[in-house]
Amino acid sequence: MKNQDGKSIVFQAGFWFFVVLILVFSLFPFLYALLSSFRPSNELFSTELWPKTLTFEHYLAVFANPRFVQSLVNSIIVAGSTVLIALVFGSLCAYALGRLPFRFKGLALYTILLMTMFPQIAVLSGLFVMLKTLGLFNTRPGLILTYFIFSMPFTIWVMTQYFRSLPKELEEAAYVDGASPLAVFWQVLLPLTVPGMISTGLLAFIGAWNEFLFALTFTVTDDMKTVPVVISQFTGVSAYEQPWGSIMAASMVVTIPLLILVMFFQRRIVAGLTAGAVKG
Amino acid sequence: MARGGIDLYDRQRRLAWILIVPAVLIVVGVIGYPLLQVIVYSFMEYKLDGVTPATFVGLNNYLFVLTDPEWWRAVYNTLVFSVFSVTIETVLGLLVALVANAQFKGRTFFRIAILVPWAIPTVVSSQIWKWMFNDVYGVVNVLLANLNLIPEKVAWLATPETALPVIIAVDVWKTTPFMALLILAGLQTIPSDMYEAGAIDGATGVKTFFYLTLPFIMPTLLVALIFRTLDALRVFDIFYIMVGGRGDMATMSTYNQLQLIDFLDAGVGSATSVIILLFIMFFVVIYTRFSKTSFQ
Repeated sequence: MKNQDGKSIVFQAGFWFFVVLILVFSLFPFLYALLSSFRPSNELFSTELWPKTLTFEHYLAVFANPRFVQSLVNSIIVAGSTVLIALVFGSLCAYALGRLPFRFKGLALYTILLMTMFPQIAVLSGLFVMLKTLGLFNTRPGLILTYFIFSMPFTIWVMTQYFRSLPKELEEAAYVDGASPLAVFWQVLLPLTVPGMISTGLLAFIGAWNEFLFALTFTVTDDMKTVPVVISQFTGVSAYEQPWGSIMAASMVVTIPLLILVMFFQRRIVAGLTAGAVKG
Repeated sequence: MARGGIDLYDRQRRLAWILIVPAVLIVVGVIGYPLLQVIVYSFMEYKLDGVTPATFVGLNNYLFVLTDPEWWRAVYNTLVFSVFSVTIETVLGLLVALVANAQFKGRTFFRIAILVPWAIPTVVSSQIWKWMFNDVYGVVNVLLANLNLIPEKVAWLATPETALPVIIAVDVWKTTPFMALLILAGLQTIPSDMYEAGAIDGATGVKTFFYLTLPFIMPTLLVALIFRTLDALRVFDIFYIMVGGRGDMATMSTYNQLQLIDFLDAGVGSATSVIILLFIMFFVVIYTRFSKTSFQ
């Protein structure tokens, strides 16, 4: 029998079972890591699920570790610069592709879409030699340069979708008033794409912040490594003993700001992620 | 008026070129040029030690890779990983998306919570799961032992037979939210009157799903599948962190990176890159064939 909503009790129970199951599966590893990061060293290897006392020792250790602090600075510089430069050149290009007449538009868009799927590994040796030749190997600018591989095509693709979605009447009115194409971009369309830029920028930032392969391959000294590389190379007193408390604390330090961003901009991020992938 | 229109058109076209050129230059600089170099190096004996001069060796590097059992092991690992992770992620993603699309109390919290695994850097998630599956102190072994489900603690990451499923689980955990979001966006484009029409025709829940919902989101699902497969085929981070350095647990990407960085062999490394690229292009062609309509 069905109740007023047209759903049976069994269906309701099954539905909530799934909701809880999905939530536990999604959140458990993160919460377990969070708990581990507050677990005292002497209890870390106890098999009790809940520690007797909680401690900040791992966080203090992590922030007293110059390698980790330097890697945070490096990651902020590299990811931040990558996103800013990609947004400037990517948005200009996207305006042209989304709004201006251009002969090879279809081909250009298809090429950009293919590039968003381009495997980074395929140019690893070429970039390695190129960075060495340019004297940019093991430098932050070198890393930023290589990050354009994924941030530029992504920014252009998503921003083009945004420019396309804006109503035509706005710019037509401006053109009738005698505005130049550049003025139309600057004064009419750009302000409207700010939400798009925020979501694109956030996603590009997350991509650059999390990038591992290039950072691992193109940096060698501690003063140039980014966060993922340093977290992957955390070692304890001996090579066989991994300092799990510190690893978990460091992991939380680099993850929680991202999670806060995601919570605040959930709608924008989802909009950016799905732009272009879904055609209504 | 007509003159003005032509002027404007010309000015727009000129501006388009000016705006596109810088982006094209950057992309050519970081993708086009290195890619050409990779193709050239792949035919050369080229060590990155800065001592040995590079020489042309024809197809030798390709022969080396294609006759190396470790390479084929890496191809096998990558394919097993890709097939299982993408399939499970699609099914679970669909399920999560259907739940997230329903009306219920706490839906916003639910939608944010499922994003958590996706927002965590892959290196971090790999470390977390490596800790969870630690053979002595990991929570998984502790729980299973407490429940008497295993006679003794399992060294999950020590053999490919148990490590591969764990690695697939990490990827499923991390990437299902992405699949769910894409599918959810597709679900939200279904007009509600379609469901009403279906209900009038007497369609039940299961029928509605297979005859209405699924066909409608098929294009979205295909695009999501393409993105995910290409992503899975180039997997690097999870394997490198969780089982890095083991010859029998390599993927195509970790094999390639090992040749280039640990053995400083740009020749073999580049040949591997070209093979991977051809491999992935093959998938792109097949997929775009199958989903022409959704690809424009």
